[in-house]
Amino acid sequence: MGGWDRFADTFLNTTVMARYLPQIVDGFLLTVRLAVLVVLAGVTAGLVLALIRALGVRPLNWAIIFLVDLFRALPPLVIIVLIYFGLPSLDISPSAFGSTWASLTLVLMAFTEEIFWAGITAVPKGQWEAARSTGLSATQTLAWVVLPQAIRITIPPLTNRTIAITKGTALGSVIGLSEILSQASSGMSFSFNPSPLTLGAAAYLVLFLPVVVLGRWVETRFAWHR
Amino acid sequence: MSNLPQPIVEAHAIHKHFGALHVLKGVDLVVAERELVFVIGPSGSGKSTLLRCLNRLEEPSSGSIVVDGIDMLSKRTDINRARQRIGMVFQSFNLYPHMTALANVTLALRRVAGASKAGADAAGQAALARVGLADRAAHYPGQLSGGQQQRVAIARAIALKPRVMLFDEPTSALDPELVGSVLAVMRSLRESGMTMVVVSHEMAFARAAADRVVFMDDGLIVEQGPPAALFGAPGHERTRAFLGQIERH
Repeated sequence: MGGWDRFADTFLNTTVMARYLPQIVDGFLLTVRLAVLVVLAGVTAGLVLALIRALGVRPLNWAIIFLVDLFRALPPLVIIVLIYFGLPSLDISPSAFGSTWASLTLVLMAFTEEIFWAGITAVPKGQWEAARSTGLSATQTLAWVVLPQAIRITIPPLTNRTIAITKGTALGSVIGLSEILSQASSGMSFSFNPSPLTLGAAAYLVLFLPVVVLGRWVETRFAWHR
Repeated sequence: MSNLPQPIVEAHAIHKHFGALHVLKGVDLVVAERELVFVIGPSGSGKSTLLRCLNRLEEPSSGSIVVDGIDMLSKRTDINRARQRIGMVFQSFNLYPHMTALANVTLALRRVAGASKAGADAAGQAALARVGLADRAAHYPGQLSGGQQQRVAIARAIALKPRVMLFDEPTSALDPELVGSVLAVMRSLRESGMTMVVVSHEMAFARAAADRVVFMDDGLIVEQGPPAALFGAPGHERTRAFLGQIERH
């Protein structure tokens, strides 16, 4: 066997791949479901927190900053483990899916809030003044003038952060969630061949490449008209 | 004295502190209906702050401000409604970059004045026509020159049919060849009888169009009078020094 044949037999073994494809597909579907739920909940929660913070109520802002700093500082895996193994002692027993979702959502929420907040503060003060001088309220100014501009600024960092955190679905394998990585590594253990991992990598590409492309499209779509 | 027009802006004993900085030290400014008042003075004299207090973009530390019969500082005043009667034009235009010229002009008409889309668009087009930009309605601010942007900003303000217009250095950010188009629009507003308070150093325009020039220094009004009198024979040393510096340019 030549070098290439050995490599192909190890990593691109079609017999092994065919056998474990159904599990990888199952893992893929579960990962998609988890990822969609994390993105929807995390980005929405982050946006809501940023909007509340923009209204400038001191005690609320302190609470938001504390929450956001906390979940930006903690590694997602630590939060997953805390939720999955810690909450049962409070008589709440979240599933592996629920624990992973909650953990990644909290982390995405924290980063998203900071990104939206940075976007809101990056909109020049003159925009607020112009809008307020025509009689728009603070909330109307936020909704019609500031937020549309803030969102345009935030799309690139938001896409990056969303992809980075959503890839953390793989951390669910630690608590037995049957997502892509967990399916791939159990396939590898049973077959004594890492080809299922190759398949898993392909599954991640199928999942995240469209997101990257979509992010790029949205960026162009909402670019300034100059 | 009884034939004097009604005052439309009455600001009394305005003080403004920014922390330890005392920016306005008891300013009185009364502007009559249809009057064009020019406010001049060195940088840091408080002239922009005074203007921004009139529509409460800055909160005065003390004093009273009544515009068109409305107590601007009262807690019971609906400030958003009151501000619609006071148009404001900024040095840096502050157009909304994500909206067309027409959408810039109609936003407040629709969201605050409650106009229908058709009604707001018609009023917006009329306002753009008044500043000579009817054919630029679909352009975004980034596609317009500085002078055109400032005229859109004027259209945005006059579309709300204000009773008084405030101009905060409206031509200072413009290239010299674009200043004329903005001044022309201001002149036509003046001719239509709009009450205007203008912070600016366009002395030739002040000489030709202003009813009164107010000279401010160090947070106080030093002197005021008709342009010919104030420019021709200033009564205070500080006014003379300031005008001398301006003329040397």
